[in-house]
Amino acid sequence: MTLLNVKDLRVEFTTPEGAVTAVNNLNFSLNAGETLGIVGESGSGKTQTVFSMMGLLAKNGIVSGSAKFKGQEILGLPERELNKIRAEKIAMIFQDPMTSLNPYMKVGNQLAEVLVKHKGMSKKEALAEAVRMLDAVKIPEAQKRLNMYPHEFSGGMRQRVMIAMALLCSPELLIADEPTTALDVTVQAQILALLNELKRDFNTAIIMITHDLGVVAGACDKVLVMYAGRTMEYGSADDIFYRPTHPYSEGLLKAIPRLDSVGEELPTIPGNPPNLLSLPTGCPFQERCHRVQDRCRQEAPALHNFDAERLRACHADANQILEAS
Amino acid sequence: MTVAKKELLLDVQDLKVHFQIKKENAWPWTKPANLKAVNGVDLQLYAGETLGVVGESGCGKSTLARAIIGLIKATDGNVLWLGQDLTELDDKALRATRSDIQMIFQDPLASLNPRMTIGDIIAEPLRTLRPDIPKQEVSDRVQAMMMKVGLLPNLVNRYPHEFSGGQCQRIGIARALILEPKLIICDEPVSALDVSIQAQVVNLLKQLQREMNLSLIFIAHDLSVVKHISDRVVVMYLGNAVEVGTADALFADPQHPYTQALMSAVPIPDPNIEKGKDIQLLEGELPSPINPPSGCVFRTRCPHADAGCAEQVPSLSGSADHQSACLRLDALQAG
Repeated sequence: MTLLNVKDLRVEFTTPEGAVTAVNNLNFSLNAGETLGIVGESGSGKTQTVFSMMGLLAKNGIVSGSAKFKGQEILGLPERELNKIRAEKIAMIFQDPMTSLNPYMKVGNQLAEVLVKHKGMSKKEALAEAVRMLDAVKIPEAQKRLNMYPHEFSGGMRQRVMIAMALLCSPELLIADEPTTALDVTVQAQILALLNELKRDFNTAIIMITHDLGVVAGACDKVLVMYAGRTMEYGSADDIFYRPTHPYSEGLLKAIPRLDSVGEELPTIPGNPPNLLSLPTGCPFQERCHRVQDRCRQEAPALHNFDAERLRACHADANQILEAS
Repeated sequence: MTVAKKELLLDVQDLKVHFQIKKENAWPWTKPANLKAVNGVDLQLYAGETLGVVGESGCGKSTLARAIIGLIKATDGNVLWLGQDLTELDDKALRATRSDIQMIFQDPLASLNPRMTIGDIIAEPLRTLRPDIPKQEVSDRVQAMMMKVGLLPNLVNRYPHEFSGGQCQRIGIARALILEPKLIICDEPVSALDVSIQAQVVNLLKQLQREMNLSLIFIAHDLSVVKHISDRVVVMYLGNAVEVGTADALFADPQHPYTQALMSAVPIPDPNIEKGKDIQLLEGELPSPINPPSGCVFRTRCPHADAGCAEQVPSLSGSADHQSACLRLDALQAG
């Protein structure tokens, strides 16, 4: 069953320097129990995509298109309606666990607040449930930790608290915005294992935003590769990793040093990410692309199907790229 | 590969850096706690070689770097630079060594003065340490260096905020290289950069190393990057070196249980490998360096620890190419 269906999602910001299109005609869908990875470099619009769905855009942001959650349009919902969906049906984990917890509130109260507000529980019930959830995310001595403040937790522990908070109302969709970027690898492995367990036990769908392709490989079923706010390629994780058909995904995969291989020079993507205020006409990736043609400088490639399950936006011939790699 | 004996540049012997931490709300007469950030590390660096230092946050890798270069005073131990002990030099004498040892920092933008043009930033080490060089030559050298690190010389009058993160890191590299040092200490030079830019900077460092016969100390938490760039690697845990070896030997056959856990946790961008992988998850949290465990510092989280590990402090042992500090190493390898 399709849980989330996003069509032609577009996010624009009005700035003193002109309009910036942070997200440009994004399409994707997600079924229950599936994990979608959104990858791309900083400024590619990954975070704004999910912010727009959750109604978290800055004041100068304008969203258009459609995002249907179980058939219900969630873009442009009034705050009051949106609040029913947020936390209860769709929950979010933010990148920096320290700045997204309230430093003045005890962790127990922060967790209980969610349940009191959304589920109408009494404070006492809510606290008991909070302990149960902290146990579930494997925080030792959960009862004792209810009375502690966020600064008394380590980074990994804080991220667990964030995950526990997101799961309190057992949401059907969990959005994780760079959930492990601020953490060490061993802690990252713990958190990813935890998210995989949740997916298995509660059939939660997950949108995982990350720039780490290694994390995507371990956790995601589908991958959306973004560049300058646009979809470059969208498909199953296996397709994107083993048979990329876009020069950008191809370049990204080659540019990462791998622990299981030896290599002298890393193949790089030359140049820098583009300035969204002055995008070139045509394909946004043209200046860094080694397969650039004249056509790329004149018209932006439209997003088209490559095979049944896969979308790509590139003028170069997909079969040629497949053969070359 | 030549087996000829290379010149020993840096010899760090039993380096210790302890910080005195006063507890909040403590009585004025309570003794401050002793935080052992680096607790007896030995390492050697040869000319033209890259030494990688890996470990998780809080393991003391940055403190180690800062103590080597003299930004933090070492509590105990020696840092021999070409035979001269840097820990005993006064500020003035230490300054003279700065043209040989330079540093690149983690946050590319924060390490550049926002009110100086990048030309001035890159020229500053020359102006400070080599005031004898005439103005024109300074500006020539700056422009040549900018070319070398892949910046257009006509950007010389711009300010740091006009550059992207990758370009800022190139400016930092140019500033470190302008004095033609023998050693550059890179403290997490690529961790703040995007993947595509990270590869560019790693390649640049390798290329410059070849051209200028540089030695690098490369500190990072990303094992894949360290493996890619290093000749030899030190793995640190809670202020101690737990495993040392050539990159080939260490990554092919990690011996210390911590190195094994660390390596298994690194995600590999390959869905089939990653989804079928058996990750050794470490239990619990990193102990406090104020009150480290007795005996082996890793024993509280080690899946193989036994009673003996609490009593004896392991020391590095093994072949010249590969050493690790684990009391149960023989038992583990036999079993």
